[in-house]
Amino acid sequence: MKKTLVEATINGETVEFLCEPRQSLLETLRDVLELTGSKEGCLTGDCGACTVIVDGRAVDSCLMLGVEAQGKTISTVEGLATQGVLSVLQNKFLEHASLQCGICTPGFLISAKSLLDRNPKPTEPEVRYALAGNLCRCTGYDKIVKAVLDAAADIRGQDKSKSAA
Amino acid sequence: MHAINYEAPSTIDQAVAILKEHGENARPFCGGTDIIIQLRAGVRRTSHLVDIKKIKELRTLSFDAKKGLRLGAAVPCIEISESDVMRKHYPGLTEAAHLIGSLQIQNRASVGGNLCNGSPAADTTPALIALGARARVVGPVGEREVPVESFVISPGRTVLKPGELLVELLIPAPAPHSSDAYLRFIPRNEMDIAVVGVGASVTLDGDKVKAARIGLGAVAATPLLETKAADVLIGKKLDDANLEAAGRLVSEVCRPIDDMRGTIEFRLHIAAVLTRRALTIAAERAKKI
Repeated sequence: MKKTLVEATINGETVEFLCEPRQSLLETLRDVLELTGSKEGCLTGDCGACTVIVDGRAVDSCLMLGVEAQGKTISTVEGLATQGVLSVLQNKFLEHASLQCGICTPGFLISAKSLLDRNPKPTEPEVRYALAGNLCRCTGYDKIVKAVLDAAADIRGQDKSKSAA
Repeated sequence: MHAINYEAPSTIDQAVAILKEHGENARPFCGGTDIIIQLRAGVRRTSHLVDIKKIKELRTLSFDAKKGLRLGAAVPCIEISESDVMRKHYPGLTEAAHLIGSLQIQNRASVGGNLCNGSPAADTTPALIALGARARVVGPVGEREVPVESFVISPGRTVLKPGELLVELLIPAPAPHSSDAYLRFIPRNEMDIAVVGVGASVTLDGDKVKAARIGLGAVAATPLLETKAADVLIGKKLDDANLEAAGRLVSEVCRPIDDMRGTIEFRLHIAAVLTRRALTIAAERAKKI
């Protein structure tokens, strides 16, 4: 089976890789590019552990093909921190103890980031709806939801102080 | 997943040519949210995935107040829920598209794919049926239009012949004082497959029903168009007695199965309840137009 050469922008960097059509984007990220932050939980689009952002939209990377990444802009959990400094969302997850085993966490962070990128002031039902495609077996979700709401408030507060200055 | 060929044509003709060449061994590929799962599980087999997302007409959503809606087969559900035109003129179909799976699924999955997958429990199909939607299919010998209620012939199977491609869904312009609604029963808040799905569209003449259409999901081997309950409402007000009669007639036409999602008895009961509610919501929306 012939491989396809794919060029994509991943976490801000131009990346070139080879993959077969049968390889999902998740498999490509993990096994070809060694970006193992995105996790395999179900391979059926139910758990969201593989969630990444493609051209501004959160998707389950297990249900997308690696060859489809051609020309796309992709964000994974590896791109959330900047030069070792954790993002607001990541810090809030730590503060609120929103993770135990951590396997769902990359997916939740990406889904939450996608929500806050387009809705900076979500209500709690809006947060829960946006995270409905991410499953967690450990935490019971409450601390995750609180962390996302707290991060949203923090980010809004920071933007205010920026424009005031 | 087993080895597979992938092609991404940029025109309908190219896509049809590839589908015709490989016949049963080629399948159109859009969001991948059903087909990739099925290929992994060995439930469907194909050797050629024909990605239709680069075909401009299939990604186009266009509305004309007189001609109605042309919904490209590859328009992702998220674009429907974000469209002011869709929310205003087809709120039932819009809410159906917004109920499918999760945001991750809606960002990829399309209404066209939902229909072509042929699940009896598809969420957008009953809403399409209620709107009187037609499927425009293009194939090697020409094109044809199929009423959506006739499109799925058995679980997972549609009227599409080898080489044929669903290009768009054609939905009539809403008549004055008409609107639609879609309701679904699931045990959780999100992510479940419908136990019962009901799409209703209502056209009012004053406070009486001038026209009504009901589409049913997950209560038979295919999505259904229900006409008896709709016809019995013509010329009548949507009061409790008439709604109850409509609900009862819907229950009578349902042919659900017992499975882990619900019993026959439960589904018949819920179908009547959702019918009453969907008709009421559609009528309330219709009054405001």
